[in-house]
Amino acid sequence: MRRSAVRRECAVRPVLATVALLVVGSTCWAIDPEPAFEDPALQAEYQSLIREVRCLVCQNQTIADSNAALASDLRREIARMLNEGASREDVTDFLVARYGDFVLYRPPLQPSTWTLWGAPFVLLGVGAIVFLRIVRSRARQSLAEDDPT
Amino acid sequence: MWRYLLPIGVFVVIVGFFYRGLYLNPGFVPSPLLGKPAPEYDLPRLKDLSQTVGSKDYEGQIALVNVWATWCIECRHEHPYLVELAGTGGVPIYGLNWKDDRALALDWLDTLGDPYEASAVDATGEVAIDWGVYAAPETFLVGRDGTVLYKHISPMTPAVWEREFLPRIAAECGGLPCAASAP
Repeated sequence: MRRSAVRRECAVRPVLATVALLVVGSTCWAIDPEPAFEDPALQAEYQSLIREVRCLVCQNQTIADSNAALASDLRREIARMLNEGASREDVTDFLVARYGDFVLYRPPLQPSTWTLWGAPFVLLGVGAIVFLRIVRSRARQSLAEDDPT
Repeated sequence: MWRYLLPIGVFVVIVGFFYRGLYLNPGFVPSPLLGKPAPEYDLPRLKDLSQTVGSKDYEGQIALVNVWATWCIECRHEHPYLVELAGTGGVPIYGLNWKDDRALALDWLDTLGDPYEASAVDATGEVAIDWGVYAAPETFLVGRDGTVLYKHISPMTPAVWEREFLPRIAAECGGLPCAASAP
């Protein structure tokens, strides 16, 4: 009885430690301690912005994830612009003028991206048509089977 | 009939996209600066920090702006050819020393040769951001009116020079040496 209680405690500890680490870890997700904003709204804007900007050195990472020198330069530049009162559009315009649309993880809707934005809806429509046709033909089949004549 | 043709059609379209993708280079990001005015800058000179060098120094003439750093291995590969170009190319080369260690950069130019009219020190990388730099070495061709005519990412080679740069220089001013335009 007593032994099993001890054993249970031993099993619980690593779990608790892991949970504790996860909780503590989630508070230090920022890649660099700076820049900190006094205004929490600005801080939130900054955090969401750097999660939508591609790091061109390591293209499948955002500049929030990357520790490349260019990513840290861009984070600093974005923080500076926000501190000087720039809007979200100002920052994305600034980046697009220098690096092109590729720098954005959320590509703008324009002729060259119509396929990109439209394809999911087209595929959904094609899928819906195929689905309806199959359902209808099966319904017809089962009606025919049920029909005693 | 459609039941067979439709999936095959979809398959062919997808394969078409993948086939095209095989020959695209995701590392190459076209610069939005092409055909636009080159960013202006004025930075300390690498060899004499009390002096500056910048876009004003090549105003009215065709010029190469080469982004380099001693931490950039490919820059070392292209360096001998830049030195050769500086001697024979007929186009002045301006360096942008990107986030580098000054002592190492000076040593680099001393031992490997200095192809640059002058190199600007971009310690913070701010000017590099203005130029949309993301992978040194990068070489920009700036026209006499100050527009960016071409951008080459990766080392400069004789093949690239002949294929991409010379025709554009010829189109700009009919060949080398390129006369400066009236301001």
